[in-house]
This record gives sequence, structure tokens and C-alpha cells, in this order.
Amino acid sequence: MIDPAISPATHKVFTGDSTHHQDSMGEIHEPHNGHHEHHKENFITKYVFSQDHKMIAKQFLITGMFWALVGGLLSVVFRVQLGFPNQAFPILETIFGKWAPGGIISPDFYYMLVTMHGTLLVFFVLTAGLSGTFANLLLPLQIGARDMASPFLNMLSYWFFFMASVVMMASFFLPDGASDVGWTAYPPLSGVKESSPGASAGMDYWLVGMALFIFSSLLGGLNYITTVLNLRTKGMSMAKMPLTVWALLITAVLGLLSFPVLLGAAILLIFDRNIGTSFYLDNIYINGHALPNDGGNAILYQHLFWFLGHPEVYIIILPAFGLVSEVLATNARKPIFGYRAMILSMLAIAVLAFVVWAHHMFVTGLNPFVASVFVFLTLLVAVPSAIKVFNWIATIWQGNIRFTPAMLYAIGFVSMFISGGLTGIFLGNSSIDIVLHDTYFVIAHFHIVMGVSAFFGMFAGVYHWFPKMYGRLMNNTLGYIHFWITMVGAYMIFWPMHYMGLAGVPRRYYSFDAFQSFNMFGGLNQFITLAAMLVFFAQLLFLVNFFFSIFYGRKLKTQNPWESNTIEWTTPINAGHGNWPGELPTVHRWPYDYSKNGEEYIPQTTPLREGETGGH
Amino acid sequence: MTTTVLVVIAIVLFALVIFQLAKTTEFVAILRGEEKTHLESDRINSRLMMVFLILGMIALFWSLDYFMEDMVLHAASVHGEWIDSMFNWTLFFTGIAFLFTQIGLFYFAWKYKHTKGRKALYYPENNKLEMWWTVIPAIVLTALVVIGLYRWFQITGPEPKDSMVVEITGKQFNWMLRYAGKDGVIGANQYEYITEGNGVGIDFNDPASKDDFMPTEMHLVVNKPVLLKIKARDVIHDVGIHWFRVKMDAVPGITTRFWFTPTVTTAEMRKKTGNPDFVYEIACDQLCGTGHFGMKGTIVVETQEEFDKWAATQQPFYDQAIKGTVEEKKFAELSEKLKQAEEAKAASQHH
Repeated sequence: MIDPAISPATHKVFTGDSTHHQDSMGEIHEPHNGHHEHHKENFITKYVFSQDHKMIAKQFLITGMFWALVGGLLSVVFRVQLGFPNQAFPILETIFGKWAPGGIISPDFYYMLVTMHGTLLVFFVLTAGLSGTFANLLLPLQIGARDMASPFLNMLSYWFFFMASVVMMASFFLPDGASDVGWTAYPPLSGVKESSPGASAGMDYWLVGMALFIFSSLLGGLNYITTVLNLRTKGMSMAKMPLTVWALLITAVLGLLSFPVLLGAAILLIFDRNIGTSFYLDNIYINGHALPNDGGNAILYQHLFWFLGHPEVYIIILPAFGLVSEVLATNARKPIFGYRAMILSMLAIAVLAFVVWAHHMFVTGLNPFVASVFVFLTLLVAVPSAIKVFNWIATIWQGNIRFTPAMLYAIGFVSMFISGGLTGIFLGNSSIDIVLHDTYFVIAHFHIVMGVSAFFGMFAGVYHWFPKMYGRLMNNTLGYIHFWITMVGAYMIFWPMHYMGLAGVPRRYYSFDAFQSFNMFGGLNQFITLAAMLVFFAQLLFLVNFFFSIFYGRKLKTQNPWESNTIEWTTPINAGHGNWPGELPTVHRWPYDYSKNGEEYIPQTTPLREGETGGH
Repeated sequence: MTTTVLVVIAIVLFALVIFQLAKTTEFVAILRGEEKTHLESDRINSRLMMVFLILGMIALFWSLDYFMEDMVLHAASVHGEWIDSMFNWTLFFTGIAFLFTQIGLFYFAWKYKHTKGRKALYYPENNKLEMWWTVIPAIVLTALVVIGLYRWFQITGPEPKDSMVVEITGKQFNWMLRYAGKDGVIGANQYEYITEGNGVGIDFNDPASKDDFMPTEMHLVVNKPVLLKIKARDVIHDVGIHWFRVKMDAVPGITTRFWFTPTVTTAEMRKKTGNPDFVYEIACDQLCGTGHFGMKGTIVVETQEEFDKWAATQQPFYDQAIKGTVEEKKFAELSEKLKQAEEAKAASQHH
């Protein structure tokens, strides 16, 4: 049992009308004198070192948005080289100096951009920005807790993320630039400092940045799991939790079990680079001399990396599953179809996440029998994924759909997830992977299925919960324009990349001049670059809408603008630290009673009617 | 510079227009009443969903047709044809799933838009339906796995006995090739012997290595299986030969292998593609540093007679680049050093 004196679920209650309140275990406690009336907050404790989960969520979101802008801009810059190879743009030299001599991006810089684009988007935006924002915002609010189990660790989690961000940012300004060895950082390229300009100091910064990032992720994950397991309000059984909570819980478990492995891999790599160990290095002759390293195995790193790396892509997509499920049900005014199947399929995906990593390594010389096991397990993932897609479509069938910007993004998400998911069936089959491995087909696949899809999930989440975050509404028209440009543009960017991949065009090529096999896509590359610029500028609409609406958006008039069932909408507009002014709400039913028995919606806090059961 | 400024101004103005438009619609919404505005945006967006579906499908099939010639390169190897046929079967099944789900999604989004007075159907579950859409994908996937693995074990299985062998070693940023000489055996090599002149570290103490030759271009015999022994000496590279559907990493410290049978000669391919300069190209498919994109090798596929003629003109690497040069002395020194190191090691193990 939680000691009420230290439990965050109880010790921060401000508005003291009620003389009693309940903690998560449903026990009644006397309010603590001196705690509930004047909780002193100054600028620093409210906006900087805040321990309020809602503020930490905003910190994660805005930092994530910053990195999305940087990471997106990096891709626009390297797309200039791909779309307009060897064409001089003097402005590039003005901005980037020695990295773009004569207005043409240098190969060193190109590989640096590619590497940092991947690193920033995968980890800093779609992991920290997505999980960090919505786990923080929604977990306490949707399970009926006053804050996270440990608000202090939660604050640390953000500040470790911030430090990781500072280190990554700093690496751009090193004399030899940031890491340029690819976001997967395979040794020996990443393990030998002289193998590439960015493999020198930039790589050390990258590794330190990643280590800090992993600390942040672990502190956050521990907190999320503890919070969901211990601080659910009265009546909120696991089987009544919204799918967002399930998704974020499973995400946290995945992260907690897999990120430490990457930390181990990174530490061994730091040793190999700096103190002469040979975990990954063996028989290397480079730049005219032989290295003394002996007996290491470069493939070991890939096993360790992908043991995190594959769960990582589910860490990215699962929160989007949750957000989208919630937004679809709310706006279709229908229960999510197959609630239990949705949970079971997420659990199945989470379990499979740990036993499919070697499908990234089919052409490393992996034992063919081992590979065959991974083929089987990988294609199994398609089954729960298919269930989810069918269930989402069934959710909007016979609905009464309200097209909010969030809903558009949720529908867009399902479309993207189908398009990107199906190509995984090609890549997961090792024989076909021989042809497609490391081509643009792979780029198309993972950008659509986890990049664009996760972004769509995130946008759905931001548009939907913005009123909860800021007490104001975002502008719908801008939201609609933002959606349609992004939806069409994202397909224009990534769909044609399948065609290039089928022609064998390798990824991570600075130019295709040297090869007659791959030089027929000049026009297409130009088209993709222009589409990428268009989509990038459309994101500025979102940023303007977001920041403008924080200060000048239309004020929220009702507590529950989307007429939603989940209990975060029972908190006051602009709720203070502690979320509910009085008692915590009691939950009586599952969150998806939409259009039941002629009623538009029945919030979770509504007691059961006669003859009703808590489920469905 | 002026164009840049003009572009920036244009973008800013455009953004302002959109922004004003957005603000205006918000005011109009307040004047007209929220419900009416919502109904209208629901109508517009649901129609756009249908427009997106139709135009998207047209774009999809048009672009498929447009790029068909560039992307469907017919495999020029035996296993390549197996893979291509697997690809087509997978495309068939995923294509059905793709059309079925995308059309369903956008059609429902269009059809079930919010309208006044209509209620959504409360329909939380249907176990039978869910069972079907679990079982059907599972069956299809099982079929794909079974075919895939059957082919996978054929492709990765032992090479036929009559295969020729080529050793290919990757370094930043090119490929080094080695063929067995007249003795039909590729001699030993190890990394301790690598020098600038002896790029793959051939051990000339091994008599089999004396007649090995190292051409700059790979020559293969049509319809004759070839085994590539793949090595790397600095970072990971990858031997990618798209026409043959070949891809295998080259990893420092490990020798990987890939065997295949080319089925179309370079000359035939020149006729077939109408490109008189056609060559088979080896591309590095694993990021290996800043020169990665230029790491190319070339292959000539020819008849046995042509190959034999070519092989007869190739001088052994030892005669050509080592014998009587400073490299020979270097090798002797390295060889002595290695011997001493081994003796010292053996001695220390006896203690």
C-alpha cells in the first residue's frame, strides 16, 4: 500500500473544498495541512524544473517539435543534393560555409545530415517527443491519478533528455562535424576514428548523447509503468483502461527491456574507440596501417543494436496505435471495434518485438537456419497488425464521423500504416530481402510505416489533446490545410521510392553518377525533393497554428470539447497540479460507450444503468 | 540572391494569406454557429477523402505503368528468377489486401460522415469476423513463409561442385578481385601480410598463391555457377549486384559467401537493353564512409571460350607486382615477424 504521506497521488491537492479525497487505492484520507492550499510556484518551478506531469509533457512536446524542425530541415538540405546533384546553390555556402563549398553540399556533410536526420527523428522526436509527451500527459489524466508515481524522476527524465539534446546539438559544431556513420552506427566504421570524418569526435558526442538519452528513456519508462500499475483511480481496472493507456504502458515495458541493451552496445563501442578493447574490431587495415585489434566481431554490435532497434520501431508506433484508436472511436462516435483484440494484438506485437531483430541482418552472413527462424517470427507480426487495421476500419464503419483535424490524421495514419506495413511482408521474407535490402524500397517502407505513421499519430494526438494542454482550441482551417498537404505530400515523397528500390537503387548514396544502373531516376529525384520541401513548409503551418493558439486560440468553453468518455475531460479547463480539484473520479465503465442505447456518449464516470455491465 | 529574397517574400505572403483565411473562417464560424460550420467541414473533408482515394488510385496505377520499364529489370541469374516470382506472388496477395483495406477505409470515411439526426451503430465486437481476419492473413503468410524458406535454403545452400570461385575484398572505396591461377586453387591470405602493394595480404609462402591473378574487372562464365568468397579489410562493405539479385556483406575478420549462376551474357544484355555500353555493376550496399557512393566494380559475363581466352592473358599477381620489387622484401620481413610472434606465443604456452 502506498503511504499517503509520500504518495504523489494524494499529497498535492490544492482547491480545498472537499475535506476528504481518495487515493488510488480508494482509501479515504484526511487532507494534509499546509499542503493543499498554497502550493508556492515560481517561474522556475512552474515552467523549468516542473514536476507537474502536464508541464513535463509540454516540455517534451516542444523540445520534440524543435528536433523535428531541425531533423526535417536536415532532410530538405540533403534532398537538395539528391534532387539537384552538382548544381550550385550559393546560399548553401553562405549558411553552411566549408560544408558546402561552392554551394554544393560535400559528401562528408551529406552523410552527416543523413546520420543526424535518422538519429534525431527516431530517438529525439518519435521516441522522446511522442512517448514523452503523451505518456506524461495522458497516463495520470486517463487513469485518474494526481501525477506520476515519482514526479521527481519524471522531471529528471526530461532534463536527461535535454542534456542529450545539448550534446547532440553541440556535435554539429565540432571541427569535423557530427557523426556521419549512419544512425545505426555500425562498427568498424563507427569504431575506428580514422574511418570517416564524423567517426572522430562527432561519434563520441553521438555515443554520449545516446547514453544520456537512454537514461532519460529508462527513468520515464519506469515511472510510466509504476504509475499505471499503482495509481489507477477507483474502478479503473486494467480492462477499463483506454487503449492509449494500454499502448503507452506496453511501450514503456518494451523500452525498459530493450534500451539497456543499446546502452551496453554503446559502452562497448566507446571502449573500442577509446581504450583499445576489441569487442567489435578484428583484422583491420586502414589508411595504410594495420590496427592491433584482434578477435572482435563486428556483427555482435548489430545483434545488440537491433535487439533494441527492432523493439524501438514498435516503441515508436505503439503510442500512435493508442492515440489513433482513441481519436477514431471518439470522432466516429462508435466504440473501438474489438477492444480486447486490440489489446491482445498489441501484447502480441510487443512479445514478437524481441524475437525478430535479426531480420535486419539477413545479408550479413548470418547462419541461414537462424535467419529462417527470424523469417517465420517476423511474418507472424503481420497477423496482429492486420487485426488492428481491420478493427480500425470496422470502427469507422457505420459511424457518424466528425472530421476534426485529429480525425483526419487518424484516418491518414491507418492508410499510411497499411501502405507501409504491407511492404514489410516483402522485406521480412529473407529471399526477397536479398534484392531489396539497403535499397530505397527499405527507405520507403520504414518512412511510411513508422516515420509518417508515427507523425500522423502524433499530430492526431496534438490536435485532439491541445485543448487539454492549453485550454484553447487550435484553428481548424489551418489544421485541414496542414493535413491535406502532408497526406498527399508524404505519399508523393515516399511512394515512388518503392520504384527506385525495385530498380536496386542503394540507399545512402550521395550521387548516382558513377553507376549506369541507377542513374535513370533524375527526374523522379527532383520531384521527390520538391515534394519534401512542400511538406516541410506545410509543417510551418502547424507550428504557427500551435504557438499562435497557445496564446490567442479560441478559449475553450466546455470541459469536454469532443464529447469524449475518457476521464481526462472531467478535469477543469487548465487544471492545476493535482488535476482534479476535489476527489478523484470513480470509474464505472469502459471508455467506449459511444452511441449506446441512443445516448451520444456515456463518460466513464457515469454509474452503470440497470442491467448494464461495466464492459460492453 | 534577389531570387532567394523574392522566394522568401512569396512564401511569407502566401503564409499570411493562409493565416488570414484561417482567422476569417474562425470568425465566420462564430457568426454562423458552430454546428453549421462543423457540418460543412465534415462534408468537405469527407468528399476530399473520396477524391483522395480516386486520384490516389489513378496516380498509383499511372506511376506503376510509367516506371515499369525502369524497375522491372529481369533477373539475369537462376535464383534471381525464383526471387522475382516470389516477389510477384507477394505483390499479388499484398495488392489485394492493399486495395481492399484502402478502399474500405476511404469509402467508409466518405460514406459515414457526420449528418444531422443520424446515430452511429453501437457495434463493439464480432468474434466470428475477427477470427476470419486473423485466420486468412495467417494462412496467406504461412504460404509465403513456406515458399520463401524453401527458396532461401536453396539460395544459401552449398554451391554446386563445378562452381568457379572468385575472391572479392572490399576496402574504402573499391573492390579487389582474386582468381585461382592454373592450379585452380586460390592461395592463402591473411591480414598481417597486407601492405599497400599486397592489398589483400596474400601469403606467398603458400605455393597455391603464386599463380593467383587479380584483375580489375570480374569475368564470369554464362550458365556456370560462381561462388563469391567475400572479405573486407577495413569496414563493412556489401557486394550488391542487382541484376543477379546478389547481396552479401563484406565484414572485416569474417569471410562470407554467396553463389549464383548468371544466365545472360553481357553481349546478349547489350542487345536486349539496346544499350551498347551496358555493363553489370557491383555496388557497395552498406555505408562504408564518405566515398561509399563511388564504390563500384564491373562484371563481364561471357561464354566459356571467351573466358578461357581472357584468363590466359592474365598475369599472376606475384609475377606482376611482387617479384623482384620492394614488396617482396617487405613480405619477407612481415613473414619473419609473424613467424617469430608465433614461436613466442607457442613458447609462452609451453610454460
